[in-house]
Amino acid sequence: MREERGRTILSARDVHKHYGEFCALGGVSFQISEGEFVSIIGPNGAGKTTLINVLTGLLKPNQGKVFFKDREITGIGPEKLSKLGLARSFQLVNIFPNFSVLEFLMVAIVSRLNKGKNFFSSLLRDSKVTGEALEVAQLFGLDEKKDVLTKNLPQGDKKMLDVASAFALHPEVILLDEPTSGVSTSDKNRIMETLVSASKKIGIKSIIQVEHDMDIVFSYSDRIIALHQGKILADGAPKTIEKDEEVVCTVLGQKECFKIFSSISDRKS
Amino acid sequence: MRTWREITSRGNFRIWGLALAGLFLLGLPFWASQFVSYLMLTFFAYAITVIGFNLLFGFTGLLSFGHALFMAAGAYTAAFLTSKFSVLSMEIILVVAVIVSSILAALIGAICVRYIKIYFAMLTLAFGMLFYTFLLKFYYLTGGDEGMRVLRPSLLGFNLSEIPKMQFLTGSYYLYSFVVLAILAFLMWKIVSSPFGLCLRAIRDNPEKAEYLGVSVKRYRWYAFVISGAYAAVGGALLAPAIGQVDPGLTYWTHSGTLVFMTLLGGFENFFGPLIGGIVYIFLQDKVMSLTTYWRFIFGGILAFIVVVAPGGIAGVIGSFVKRRKN
Repeated sequence: MREERGRTILSARDVHKHYGEFCALGGVSFQISEGEFVSIIGPNGAGKTTLINVLTGLLKPNQGKVFFKDREITGIGPEKLSKLGLARSFQLVNIFPNFSVLEFLMVAIVSRLNKGKNFFSSLLRDSKVTGEALEVAQLFGLDEKKDVLTKNLPQGDKKMLDVASAFALHPEVILLDEPTSGVSTSDKNRIMETLVSASKKIGIKSIIQVEHDMDIVFSYSDRIIALHQGKILADGAPKTIEKDEEVVCTVLGQKECFKIFSSISDRKS
Repeated sequence: MRTWREITSRGNFRIWGLALAGLFLLGLPFWASQFVSYLMLTFFAYAITVIGFNLLFGFTGLLSFGHALFMAAGAYTAAFLTSKFSVLSMEIILVVAVIVSSILAALIGAICVRYIKIYFAMLTLAFGMLFYTFLLKFYYLTGGDEGMRVLRPSLLGFNLSEIPKMQFLTGSYYLYSFVVLAILAFLMWKIVSSPFGLCLRAIRDNPEKAEYLGVSVKRYRWYAFVISGAYAAVGGALLAPAIGQVDPGLTYWTHSGTLVFMTLLGGFENFFGPLIGGIVYIFLQDKVMSLTTYWRFIFGGILAFIVVVAPGGIAGVIGSFVKRRKN
């Protein structure tokens, strides 16, 4: 996604969010352009998920505004947002447990094609819906399990399906809340590779992800935004962030910090 | 030529089973007693109501505890039209019942679907009881606790007032109700297998995720509420001539409880579950009531047993039995 970087597609302006006394976001501003793959990092409680919830319109900020394609979307709610072209996946597995894989994807496609109000037409005879659902399943390597109940899927596949359903909406921007958390290391790279290639095929303009795994953050992102105590600590390309000792130590903790800087000093000597 | 395997495949079995059940029900008045046919007639009215109820409960995940309100709305529409306005055409009665009940359901639903779970159940219960009080207290309009008489309707334009009552009910009216049930059951089958039905199930399973996938959760819940209200109205309007007299008890909360009971007894996870529950409830109630006055005690025990041992209801038990046989 590094090639064309264009106009601003999503921006936050001075966003504040409090939970009672606790300040989860204390004035966050940034702009995300078309073509960017942005990772939001930060220690636990830094406000990452709150930020995603504000960006996707689930939470209304106490102060500040969010814009998507020059349109204010502050607090308009997930349903309208998905229609505008902004989709998300979840940190914790968020599925329809009694649905088969294919049915799950069909929900997204029915919604995108605006067929939800077809009261009397047969879903299974609608070859456009079933066909597109199957295509998405293939894209994410779930086609062989299309008839399996989602609650019986292994953890990695559940996660993949959650992501796949967001992709099935054909959004312009997608927000992924820890797409690889709770998944084995071998699955992590499989998920990342799949979603990068899928987003190229579908034509997704920007990806924003919250991620803890620094290997993944540094190898896939064009840009990293580091949050700490509800404020932006750093915002820049992976190479600049990597060199910023303060950021690395705050975000990654002392152990990682020591590891990275000792390897840098090893290289120097 | 189709192979035997194809003819007996699962989907075909369902069609064969349905065709057999349909023939059985159609032929019932010819060999069963009038009383059994009469009980079956009341079942048809309840069957329509509970398949509508289950769109809301089983498919959308909203438990209404005041659903008898819409049944009563349908029944009172029949009473009003026949005894106050001399409108005897059953087709007009059904259409007006659907319109009245849909308007009521649209208004009540608009408030109720903002809430879920216990809050939804309590709100619907409250509206049911409000309607009960209305029917009871506005006696100059509704006849109060005595209720209203329902005159015999004409069917498809045929005036059948000369035929003896039971012969009418277990004859032409039986057939008429059966056809209405068959049509409405078929339409409901279409609804639950449509894209709309898929969205309802998605809302039941995980409303938050459904919303993120662009499903208008509240609006769809409202649609389901109105549709199920309309179904209950048809059920009520068909029941009214069969019982001949409507009273406020039709919208009392225990009557709503009966609808919940039927659905749980048969199994809300299965399309046909509520139908099985309805038929078993009606015939079992008749049997137990003739044996003891403490029939509610027995039914309470049955309900407790179902919830603890077989939460999938009768359809669930049959389903797991069939699965075991296959393995």
